Formats: sequence, C-alpha cells, structure tokens
Amino acid sequence: MAYLELKGVEKFFGSLRAIKGVNLQIQKGEFVVFVGPSGCGKSTLLHMIAGLTEIDGGTIELDGRDITRLPSSKRDLAMVFQSYALYPHMSVFDNMSFALRLANVDKKLIQEKVGRAAEILNLTQYLQRTPKELSGGQRQRVAIGRAIVRAPKVFLFDEPLSNLDAALRGQTRVEIAKLHRDLGATTIYVTHDQVEAMTLADRVVVLRDGAIEQVGSPLELYDRPANQFVAQFIGTPQMNVVDTAKLPALREVVGAAHAPDGFIGVRPENVLVRAAGSGRLSGRVELVESLGADTLIYAHVGNGNGAGVQIVARQAERTTLHPGDPVGLDIAPASFHLFDRQGRTVGASAGRA
Amino acid sequence: MKHLALIVRTLAAWSITLLIVFPLIWLVITAFKTEQQAIAIPPQLFFTPTMESFHEVDERSDYFLFAKNSVITSVVSTLLGLLIAAPAAYSMAFFRTKRTRDILMWMLSTKMMPAVGALVPIYVMAQTAGLLDSLTALIIVFTLSNLPIMVWMLYSGFKDIPPDILEAARMDGASIWGEFLHVIRPLAMGTLASTGLLCLVLSWNEAFWSLNLSSAKAGTLATLIASYSSPEGLFWAKLSAASLMAIAPIVVVGWFSQKQLVQGLTFGAVK
Repeated sequence: MAYLELKGVEKFFGSLRAIKGVNLQIQKGEFVVFVGPSGCGKSTLLHMIAGLTEIDGGTIELDGRDITRLPSSKRDLAMVFQSYALYPHMSVFDNMSFALRLANVDKKLIQEKVGRAAEILNLTQYLQRTPKELSGGQRQRVAIGRAIVRAPKVFLFDEPLSNLDAALRGQTRVEIAKLHRDLGATTIYVTHDQVEAMTLADRVVVLRDGAIEQVGSPLELYDRPANQFVAQFIGTPQMNVVDTAKLPALREVVGAAHAPDGFIGVRPENVLVRAAGSGRLSGRVELVESLGADTLIYAHVGNGNGAGVQIVARQAERTTLHPGDPVGLDIAPASFHLFDRQGRTVGASAGRA
Repeated sequence: MKHLALIVRTLAAWSITLLIVFPLIWLVITAFKTEQQAIAIPPQLFFTPTMESFHEVDERSDYFLFAKNSVITSVVSTLLGLLIAAPAAYSMAFFRTKRTRDILMWMLSTKMMPAVGALVPIYVMAQTAGLLDSLTALIIVFTLSNLPIMVWMLYSGFKDIPPDILEAARMDGASIWGEFLHVIRPLAMGTLASTGLLCLVLSWNEAFWSLNLSSAKAGTLATLIASYSSPEGLFWAKLSAASLMAIAPIVVVGWFSQKQLVQGLTFGAVK
C-alpha cells in the first residue's frame, strides 16, 4: 500500500480549475520530484499536501490515515520554503527546536536532536546567531535542519535552491541527495529546474496546467516520454521536434518512412554533424555554442521551397564550423520518437517505445 | 552654506515646536497662579507659584473618582479593542479575499461621519439599556470608535510579516494561538504597543461622548475639566490646575513610550 496517496485531488481558484483531479501514489522512503513550467500547479499541489491550501475535491491519505481536512499543524509533515521562512526573532537553535518545544519535548532531548542535526549540516558554530547574521546557504541549511530535527513523516521542499547562486545550488543539491540517502526519509521536492529533477529523484512527476503528464524514473522520462511536452521539457537543449509537413525528408532519414502525419522527435546528441555534402540532410550553420565539454551546433535545414526548420546537434568533439557554413546532418540509427498532431507519443524506434 | 542651512532648519524646527507647545506651557504656568495673577494684564511670566488652585480643585470635586473612571474606561476599552482588532487584522492580512480592501475602507469611512450624527440614536440606546452615566456605556462607545483605527494600524503592521513564516510555524505544529503567541506577537510587538498606546491616549482624551453620556458617577477627567469652564464663569487658574491634573498621567505614559508611538505611526515610511 502506498505511504502517501492522492486520489482525484482538485483545486479551484474562482472558476479556474488549477489542479485537475490528480492521482498519485508515493512509497515510503521515495524521493519524488514535482517538475513543470511555472504556473503548472506544482507548488499548489505541494501546499495542498502540506495543508496550507485547502483541498476542493478528492482525498489525501498518509500512512493509512485520511488527512484531507486535517490542519497543517497536525499532519506531521515538514516543509522547506523557497524563502527559507526562518523565524527572524529567534536564534538558529530556537528556529530548529521550535517544533519540538511546541510539542513539549524534553529539554535534554531537544539539545541532543538539534546538536546532531547541526553537526550533519555544519551549523554547530552558528547555533546562537540569528538568521540575519547568516549567508543564504547557511539559512538554507537552517531551514533544512528545522525539518530534519522533527523526523516528520514526509519532507516537503518548495523550490529550496532557487534563491541560491549557481555554484551553491549545485553543491546544496548534492548535499540534499546525500541527506536523503542517509536518512531515507520520504521526500517530495518541487522545482522548475529539470536538472534538479533528474539528479535528485527516484521518480519524477511532470505537471502541466494542473494535471500530471507523466510519472516515471528520470531515465524513463528521458528515453520514453509519454508525449511531446515531456519529451521537450526533459533534457537540455530541448529535443528537436520537427513537423513532418515541414520536412518530409526526415521520415526517410530516421527510418520511419511509413510514419503517420505528425511530429518526429530526435534528441540533439542523436543528430550527427557531417561534412558539407555528405549526410542525408544538408543545412547551414546558424549558431555554434562551445561549452567546453559539449558543443552545440544549431543548423537551419531547408526543405527546398524556402521554408525549413532549425535542428540542434550536440557533440563532445569541438568544431571549426562557423555561422553560415554549409553542413551535412545525419540521424543516429534507432533514435527517434513519433508524436501525433495532438502531441501524444505514437511510436518510437525499437528499444525506446 | 551647508552649515547655514542646518542653523535655519534647526531654528525653524524649534520655533514650530515652541508654537505648538506654548499653550501647554502657559497652562502649566497658569495652574500655579492665583486667579488675579491669571487674568492680570499684561500677563505675568514671573510670579510666586502657589498650590492654591490645586487645593481648591481637590476640595470641590473628587479628582480621584474621575481619574479612576478615566483609567478604567481607557484601559478596558483599549484591551477590549485589541482583543477584537487583532484577530480581525490577522485574518485580513493573511487570508485576503476580494472584499478585504472594501471592508477596510468601509471601516475607515465610519470615522468620516461626525460623531454628533450618531449622538441621538446612541443616547437613546444607552437610555433604554439603562446605561446612562455608566462606565459600561463609555467603554463600549470608546472601543467601537477606536476599532477602525486599531484594525488599520494592526493590519498594516501584520502585513509586513511574510506569510511564509506563519506557514512555517503551522507546519511546525503551531495552532492559531501558538502562531500568534510565538511568531506574530514578537514580530509585531512595536505595532501592538503603539496601537494600544494610541488608543489609550484617544480614549483618555475623548470628551464628546463622556460629556454626553456621563456626568457625576461615570464622568472621566474630560468631564471634570469641562465642569470648571461653564457654570460659574471662567476661573482660569482652577481650570488650568484641573486640566494639568487631567493630562499629567497620560503625558507621563506618552513620555515613556514615545519610541513605540513614533515607530507605530511611521511604519512603512521608515522601512
């Protein structure tokens, strides 16, 4: 049986149906990431699980108990906020021990628990400071510490890294992953950053417009997206998705000559750059992005009657190509996805469907 | 040049302050004069101070009864007001709806109507309820007339608290009361204090309703002062002595709490 189960959960803002009957099962100890573009309802869904936003329909069960109407204070969940939401008038120690003090936990036990959490998070020397005197990364760790100390049933993270600079974000991401491995706590993590989703999650839930698009492990989503939206949302740079009407030749090239009318998707790493004249497609380089380890080549491929499409290739080798240079392109064998006009996946090369 | 500007500004500030404080200073001086000295032309700035007027006031009326009434009405109405206004401001600041702004404006609009417009209905209600010349009537009226200001002040103070912090407290297991006690109260202490103080002062100064709804039994110090002005012509020295005795307690309270008062009335402007 699932540890946390959402059944037909709905939310309305006025007449807007913000969350459209979400069903989801989360197992004990799982690290689940909600990901999606802004406005997709991922934060709203998290707040509904937390009890901070009222639920208009459906039920939520936690550990065999219906918590749909239970106030946040009684749900036994801990949340790490994007803004950290530390109590500005309390010391770090008081921040971290607040929940335990409210629950009248024995003073000695509080000391011990906070001490241990502070040690894990490298906060021991800051316990007597106030949040104002800490850096952003340290505040983030206090917020995490506040959650750990309580040993709640589920940890909720609401875009916890988006206020940190890039270097610190990467480092904290690794720390959160390590923390989850050590504590084994059930975690729901909301982010709009698909790299965070891919690196942290056991399972990723992709949301759009208040509905789940797909649930699966990071590599499942990458290799077998359920639709065009997921295919393009996961992976940087985005998967090339080409309208077959705009570039009919592509059908033959990928080896799906009888593909129905719709879209063909190919990941950038499966687009192979050839010398001009060779390769089954020919185009013109529009832009080269040299990232060091990776090189991205954006090419315009014409269809013979003036129009055309842009295709991105990603390769590990560096290139001497410049914008304007003619270039040949090929598609790696067995590496395509087929979508119908509605964007649903209708087929893929063998081994990917 | 900069130096000169500073001097001019300082002088201007002092003259304006003097202009405002002068009546109060004159009141204090007059309270220590005899009736003859008080009306002497030209006015006397140097004289031998006397406590004569204070003795007479003390003999003629029961100062402590009026003072007690003032303390009771202002303190009780302030506490009662905070008790009603704090939850109201809390829900308006943290659970906004489409109509929150309208309700706030409506509350403020009740202060636009001159009090005299409501005099007859309220007088009749007090009479029917048998509450004329009672502390209860004054407390109710003081509380109600201060409520709009209290809700507004607390609302603007609470609004400065990030709602995330309250949500965090809720997640940490705090009930609504716990949230208020452990998070809002410490973070909005300045707002709560200044709101309370302002309403204390307003209730203490309130004259219109205490004159109209009370007399000998429930009268506040405002009624006491008024009783020295009309019936027997103007006795400036005694009137001043009574006034000084009436305002002294609240001036002392104000002096000690000026920091909170200034903070409460200027928030937003400073931050």
